[in-house]
Amino acid sequence: MSAQATARHPSAQRDPSRFEPRISRRHHVGSIAMVLFLAATLVGLVFLVILLVDIWHDGAHRLTADFLRNPPSRLTSRAGIWPALVGSVWVLVLTAVVAFPLGVGTAIWLEEYAPNNRLTGIIEANIANLAGVPSIVYGILGLAVFVRALAMGRSVIAGALTLALLILPVVIIASQEAIRAVPNSMRLGSYALGATRWETIRHHVLPHAMPGILTGTILALSRAVGEAAPLLLVGAVGFVQFAPRGLQDAFTVIPIQIFNWTSRPQAEFQELAAAGSIVLLVLLLAMNAVAILLRNRYAKRR
Amino acid sequence: MQETTGTAPGTTDIPATRPGGGPERRHGPVIVPPGDIELEARNLSVLYGETRALKHISISIPDRRVVAFIGPSGCGKSTLLRCFNRMNDLIPGTRVEGEALFHGENLYGPGVDPVDVRRRIGMVFQKPNPFPKSIYDNVAYGPRINGFRGNMDDLVERSLRQAALWDEVKDRLDASALALSGGQQQRLCIARALAVEPEVLLMDEPASALDPIATQKIEDLIYQLKQDYTVVIVTHNMQQAARVSDYTAFLYMGELIEYGPTEQLFTNPREDRTEAYITGRFG
Repeated sequence: MSAQATARHPSAQRDPSRFEPRISRRHHVGSIAMVLFLAATLVGLVFLVILLVDIWHDGAHRLTADFLRNPPSRLTSRAGIWPALVGSVWVLVLTAVVAFPLGVGTAIWLEEYAPNNRLTGIIEANIANLAGVPSIVYGILGLAVFVRALAMGRSVIAGALTLALLILPVVIIASQEAIRAVPNSMRLGSYALGATRWETIRHHVLPHAMPGILTGTILALSRAVGEAAPLLLVGAVGFVQFAPRGLQDAFTVIPIQIFNWTSRPQAEFQELAAAGSIVLLVLLLAMNAVAILLRNRYAKRR
Repeated sequence: MQETTGTAPGTTDIPATRPGGGPERRHGPVIVPPGDIELEARNLSVLYGETRALKHISISIPDRRVVAFIGPSGCGKSTLLRCFNRMNDLIPGTRVEGEALFHGENLYGPGVDPVDVRRRIGMVFQKPNPFPKSIYDNVAYGPRINGFRGNMDDLVERSLRQAALWDEVKDRLDASALALSGGQQQRLCIARALAVEPEVLLMDEPASALDPIATQKIEDLIYQLKQDYTVVIVTHNMQQAARVSDYTAFLYMGELIEYGPTEQLFTNPREDRTEAYITGRFG
């Protein structure tokens, strides 16, 4: 067949001299690229290891049951992280409770209901922009709206609502991406059986998108749990004796407690800060573990 | 307009002038099949934005027969198929003019709910699209949302039997539908569509993603299904149209060129363009 083709198309005749494959050189370039990418990975990894080793070295001996149980104190031997740990968990849970339904709901509206017009485009562009607004700006907003205008005071709920606003754009965008990745053939199959739009979303789109939505949400929450700046503005302070027991209580969170300790001159407080960092890292690890578990559970159901 | 041959009983030509004025348009030979008419398009047009994808189609689809739509890619055959269960509603910017009748009732009339239309007129798609659920749940999904109150196990079994899939899956109804082969998935999609007890089954190139053996099974199935259902099938494959259908419609550039009994259309087409297409001179 190829001989025939050659005969029919003289221009397609083979002339090896017109090619210069230089295969070994091309493989060489490929190897260099791979080494560069490996180096990029190692740079990040090395600094992460340095950080971990450093805080572990400084803080590990402070990680006692008393450290976890006690409130902060002027006396470094008695200082602990309990109120900040509880405060972080409170803020985390409340932030999730507010941001998840709002974010997923917005994403569903934008992807499944909103007409594909200019207004929708403007809304989506603004959400993407909001994701890039510095967290301190959200702190100012939270101070003005929640603490002052809505008179929530310097409370857990004001802090959580502020953080919910902070991560809302990220939750929306992650959920939109996950919903967009649901194959349209699935929606059509559902509609063709006489399902309504909501049934199609509820029974097919959301279950399919849920692993992606959960991953995005938990990554956003991981960011929120490490935030100090907006909460400083909303009124979390570095010295809280009691763990919050309700939405209206004063609170602090681990990053602010760490910040407070690092700003003191004594070496013992630096060690406490390192121990607090370890607690924060463990909290983040636990959250990511939950994310992976949830994702696997949803993926298995299919 | 050509003479009708008179061999097909009940054959008549559509008038060359469209109702509602506009430029005069030449219609090819289009017959009205004998017997009860299940679906009918009257002067039906579909517009995607400014482009007219379907141009003033009039066609009658008889009860419990298999009708094939053939034509080159982009000729509008899938668009016409989707008019009959209002799937075009789901494509933004689509406008439908004219009428699509189901037992004489306009599917695009006021007060007609597309959700109800789609239960009564089922659809099978080109690529098998089972839900990522168990085989059982795939079949039971439609009946569940439509408030089925009978025995679900019986309904699932009956639907799977009708789709000639029961013997292959009866021992693993709880297995994921995605574990089935492509041909089995497509028969599952047919079972799923049948489970809501529709009157019509629309099939949009149901075998084009399947191997020859799976295709054969789908074709045998279509032959069985016309005992109880009206089947409309879009196909790229002319041999398939010739094998499975009673009537064939040839569409080209959004127009219905010729519609008649399948055997006649393939052996003795009355339009030059039909002949050119079925003999492979274009398309």
